[in-house]
Amino acid sequence: MCGIAGLIHRGRSSNVGSELQGMLQALKHRGEDSTGYALYGDTDGKNFIMRFKVGENVGEGSSSIMEDVSVYDERKKIVDQTLSEMGAKIVKEERVLPYSLRYEIDYDTKDLLEFSQKIESIPGVEILSMGKSLEVIKDLGNAKMVCDRYNLDKLVGTHAIGHARMATESGVDIKSAHPFWGYPFSDVSVVHNGQLTNYWNNRRVLENKGMRFMSECDSELIAVYIAQKMREGASLEEGMKESLTGLDGVFTYFVATKDSLGMAKDTMAAKPLVLYESDDLVAMGSEEIAIRSVLPQEIDTYDPFDGEVKVWQI
Amino acid sequence: MANLKTNEKKSKAQSMGMHTEVLTGRTQQKFFNPDEAENFYYFGTYDVDFNKRTDLDVKDMTAPEANKEIDNLMSQGYGTIVIKNPQGKHSLGVGILNKLNLIFEGSLGYFGMGSCDGPIVRINGRVGWSCAENLMAGKVVIEKNAGSCFGAAIRGGDLICKGSVGARTGIDMKGGTIIIGGDAGAFTGFMMQRGRIIILGDVGINLGDSMYDGTIFVGGEIGSYGSDAVDAELTSNDQNWLKRKLKVAEIGENFDVSKMKKIVAGKKLWNYDNLEPTEKKGAI
Repeated sequence: MCGIAGLIHRGRSSNVGSELQGMLQALKHRGEDSTGYALYGDTDGKNFIMRFKVGENVGEGSSSIMEDVSVYDERKKIVDQTLSEMGAKIVKEERVLPYSLRYEIDYDTKDLLEFSQKIESIPGVEILSMGKSLEVIKDLGNAKMVCDRYNLDKLVGTHAIGHARMATESGVDIKSAHPFWGYPFSDVSVVHNGQLTNYWNNRRVLENKGMRFMSECDSELIAVYIAQKMREGASLEEGMKESLTGLDGVFTYFVATKDSLGMAKDTMAAKPLVLYESDDLVAMGSEEIAIRSVLPQEIDTYDPFDGEVKVWQI
Repeated sequence: MANLKTNEKKSKAQSMGMHTEVLTGRTQQKFFNPDEAENFYYFGTYDVDFNKRTDLDVKDMTAPEANKEIDNLMSQGYGTIVIKNPQGKHSLGVGILNKLNLIFEGSLGYFGMGSCDGPIVRINGRVGWSCAENLMAGKVVIEKNAGSCFGAAIRGGDLICKGSVGARTGIDMKGGTIIIGGDAGAFTGFMMQRGRIIILGDVGINLGDSMYDGTIFVGGEIGSYGSDAVDAELTSNDQNWLKRKLKVAEIGENFDVSKMKKIVAGKKLWNYDNLEPTEKKGAI
């Protein structure tokens, strides 16, 4: 059992970091092995924001192997060198935690595949997100712990999705935590609640097409699946609709891009989702209490039906 | 079949006159004897006065705290309780086993009004998954929408949603009536064993899948039929019952029930009346 939440403000910005933290904290009973945020902040859109990790959180409850912290510095040096070799200029650098970094990069390219492959060819390095407004922040612990650790409560933006995870089929570590970046697409992220039963079949097919998987978490498949569909020319909504038959199992998932937010529910409607929709705000979550954390007043909500796909623009 | 012998020492239930057993062959139990009424005690129930009314604001309460306070108010004889600010909390109003007018001014989360026997409940909002699960008697009215597994395994009573409901409405229901004013999702009436479901709007795929018995009435379009769900003739008795039920439910009073579809179990998957367990196993 995991919890997912998402919201999109239409026509304005808001304090989405704080809002999503409230929504995910309301769902913490659904799992607090790890919590992740995909926040779409207000930026000038000039530089890429790269969130990446050079190691794992090996704190209490982690399934990761402890490493000497000095290797983090070594990996960071190689990342810096690789960026320089590719002509990418680091405009701003933040090292939030020893293993977690945020770079603003001046890099003039639309194809992030080669870029990402070079960075991730460095052992122990994983890009958590890459985009002009997207920032994926995920770590062990509940929503408040992660929010406090990364100072997310002040982040202003238009939309966000997040995930409170109870680890069932893969490790308690950052690489298995949601959201997943829709590699190699700029500003695409995914969160999922459920279980995919044709994970390995789909993974083999997608790997043969050049897509990469960083974890053995079945939810990562959705991000890669949608990214591959978009790579083949499908729109976000078309890719999501195809996933209803292409993915087998039970699922409710959200996908966000730079300017949109979508949801899809499997054809058996086996996983919960409650949705609130108005002209200026869409908020949704695994349980109504998540929505109540941002809209405490009486509102009209509903459960989307089986096989339903919806996409909203900012 | 088992040939059990009664223990000479009477059990507490027997000494209270709750049942007498002749345990040879199939178990024969006699649980309710009006002559022994003074021996019955329904644990956790209260005699309440409907004219004694109070409000309860649960905004800053947890669900157990709120339920405990409802119980406390009933023990003081309050028969009409208005719950303020439920704000989507889970498991509110569960386990009420006596008559009570209960009004929620807002929405409930999961498992609201579960395992109840007798209260009359109005929810001026929405409910989450598994509302009124295992309802035995009483009436629960939801003014807005409801989540999935609405009325799962109910045994009796009336469960009314004026809006739309999610998937698996009435799953495993064993009696009672569920009435939906809007649309219903997939697998409505999944494995239902008895009782009736009325849907005025459309219904999703696999309607009545693997139903054992019971009846489903649909006013709108049907996504698809589930295994062993078949059409049946809508009789004049059905129509009269539907009219009465919709009127009492304050929903769809002017709905043209003559155009509704009636779905029942084809009973091709199982024949529980005639087969012994070993024979059922052989029939798989």
